[in-house]
Amino acid sequence: MSILTRTDGYGPTTARDGGKVRERPMSRLVAFVIMGAFTLYFLVPIWWLAVASTKSRGQFSSTAGLWFADFHLWDNLTYLFTYDGGVYLRWLGNAVLYAGVGAVLGTLLASMCGYALAKYAFRGRDLLFNIILGGVLVPVTALALPLFLIFSAVDMTNTYWSVFLPSLVSPFGVYLARIYAAASVPDELLEAARLDGSGEVRTFFTVSVRLMAPALVTIFLFQFVTIWNNFFLPLVMLSDDKLYPVTLGLYAWNSQTNAVPELRTAVIVGAFVAIVPLILAFLGLQRFWRGGLAAGGVKA
Amino acid sequence: MHRHTLARSGAAVVAGAVLLAGCSGSSDDGATEGADAPACAPSEGPVELTYTGWVPGMEDAVALWNEANPDIQVTYNTGPSGNAGTYQDFFNQLEAGQAPDLGQIEFDTLPNFRVQDGLVNIADCEGVLEAGDQFVDWTWQQVTFGEEGSVFAIPQDTGPMAMFYRADLFEEAGIDVPTTWDEYADAAAAIRDEGAYITHFPRTDVNWFAGLVWQAEGRWFENDGEQWTVDLTGPQSTEVADYWQGLIDEGLVKDTAGFSDEWNNELNTGELWTWVSAVWGSNSISSGAPDTAGDWAVAPMPQWEPGADAAGNWGGSSVAVLKGTDHPYEAAQFALWLNTSEESLTALNEGGGLYPATTAGLELPALKEGLEFYGDQPIFDVFAEAAAATDPSFTWGPTMAQTYNDVADGFGAALSGSGTLLEALQAGQDATIRTLESQSIPVAE
Repeated sequence: MSILTRTDGYGPTTARDGGKVRERPMSRLVAFVIMGAFTLYFLVPIWWLAVASTKSRGQFSSTAGLWFADFHLWDNLTYLFTYDGGVYLRWLGNAVLYAGVGAVLGTLLASMCGYALAKYAFRGRDLLFNIILGGVLVPVTALALPLFLIFSAVDMTNTYWSVFLPSLVSPFGVYLARIYAAASVPDELLEAARLDGSGEVRTFFTVSVRLMAPALVTIFLFQFVTIWNNFFLPLVMLSDDKLYPVTLGLYAWNSQTNAVPELRTAVIVGAFVAIVPLILAFLGLQRFWRGGLAAGGVKA
Repeated sequence: MHRHTLARSGAAVVAGAVLLAGCSGSSDDGATEGADAPACAPSEGPVELTYTGWVPGMEDAVALWNEANPDIQVTYNTGPSGNAGTYQDFFNQLEAGQAPDLGQIEFDTLPNFRVQDGLVNIADCEGVLEAGDQFVDWTWQQVTFGEEGSVFAIPQDTGPMAMFYRADLFEEAGIDVPTTWDEYADAAAAIRDEGAYITHFPRTDVNWFAGLVWQAEGRWFENDGEQWTVDLTGPQSTEVADYWQGLIDEGLVKDTAGFSDEWNNELNTGELWTWVSAVWGSNSISSGAPDTAGDWAVAPMPQWEPGADAAGNWGGSSVAVLKGTDHPYEAAQFALWLNTSEESLTALNEGGGLYPATTAGLELPALKEGLEFYGDQPIFDVFAEAAAATDPSFTWGPTMAQTYNDVADGFGAALSGSGTLLEALQAGQDATIRTLESQSIPVAE
């Protein structure tokens, strides 16, 4: 809004042809149409998924994809949660464990690291930071196979740790924490804390963490989503299906649908159920998240 | 001698394998692998085995074994289906020396594991060689690679092919059920006049097409122990390709992708009247087209020669003992029991719908019954005959995933009118030869 009003006042160009009055609602309309189109574009697949998970197997392929047929959601859910001894619930639990605990610890590590880089001067600081920045550029998928060989060397493949430990690392989180700590934790405050006799660790946890809270939430969310969606690492590391996260479990099911067509239902409903935790995490933390992004972005 | 060459090329292949480039430490000497299979002796004390596959219900069969064999306990892990990830996992694990003792490997991928030196020759393990005559002929050929004194896996299940068709629609329209491919083409035209299609041509199911070539006694690959011959465009392949190209050109077959929702819908609504497919396809139809229950029937594949009974095969797996195992003897015993004992085969058929690879397994009571979905026809009798009539000498190449991909690209182009099926096969052949050469696998010109 403010941007639009400002351009209005500026331009002899926009004032020409009496465009002043007409352009304002026009550009608003255009903005809304574009936003609406994209909203629709992003929401249609979720809508399709929601609708598809209420359909019985027969109607799934024989009725229109975007509208409901007979309501079978409860049957489908029962099938999903009882198939193969209820392994789906276990996968969901695993994913929450990998992503939840991993994201909390990952956030802690990243924030401490970023904070240290921002607030303590030491030799090689910039070099260290640049190396970490370089880490942002390396896609996690490319690391899966080297990680597999490393974990094999210490006999730790196919364990909870083989997926959990690599998930703790977040170069992007360190970057964000450093930017945010530099911007939002005043040196004077740290100085005051030191004068009052607070140790560095205590200062970090009682003062700095609170100031950095929006950034921490951002890092947590990013990390949570990254781990939740990291599919290739578990695929390479795990062979025991009891350790699978939900993404890999659904993928394994989906790869068997040629032989066991009934599984399609489970895959679809399972995919639908699996996005619920992500939606909850986003809705719950959305407020902080927006604040965090803006602050990081502006100061960067 | 034969194996010696293969093992050497195998080591070279590992070095060139896509994901593992640079990590290859396994330039295993061909010598240990060469002359004779390693002696296969029982281990001392209790043994624990790991086994990875993707057959639903496998846990039940494994539980039966574990109960009866307290000293040989097997842990079963379910993975994604082979080409969806489990094969790549196996290769990674072989590289790291962490492979499971036993792994499910489809017949068309066995040569790949063989040239990459991932399989243990279990021929000297007690009872393995003797078990050969219990299996359907062609499956034993696949796991021995036609060599004396070698057995690299135990056949598990097969996919003999026959023709599923809508008995009700054929009867209503007064069209005879085709027994030869000529009649099939005539029926295709007649069905098109009824406003429907006789079948679809699946652009991505190249192994389906291979099954048709197999029936025509074509050979895509041959291996004389020294080098590979790649021949996707031999006379039989050409005949099959030209035949289907004709149906495509005349617009008599649908271009729907197999196993898609669209395809299910076309089956369900009677737009497709037949599907020449494997035994496990019975489940695909009953699941994808539930409204047509009772309307389907099964007949043998249409023939190239009237009165013949040739059949092809689409799919099927084996259980292989993977390199690095400490207990080949126990692993082989388990694999034999799993795939020959009646209790195991019954459990696998009930739980995973597996169609056994043993001749005795084809006589399981469950495979003699009529199926309600197929108008109470005992359809498995047709498939049992097909299994017996499948040409034993069809051989898969060492890089089938690549071959399938390249041919499928060409099939897609042919369906959209640019190029022909034969050109697709030619392109697939060229690409395969290039791939083999790039992996230092010897190819005959």
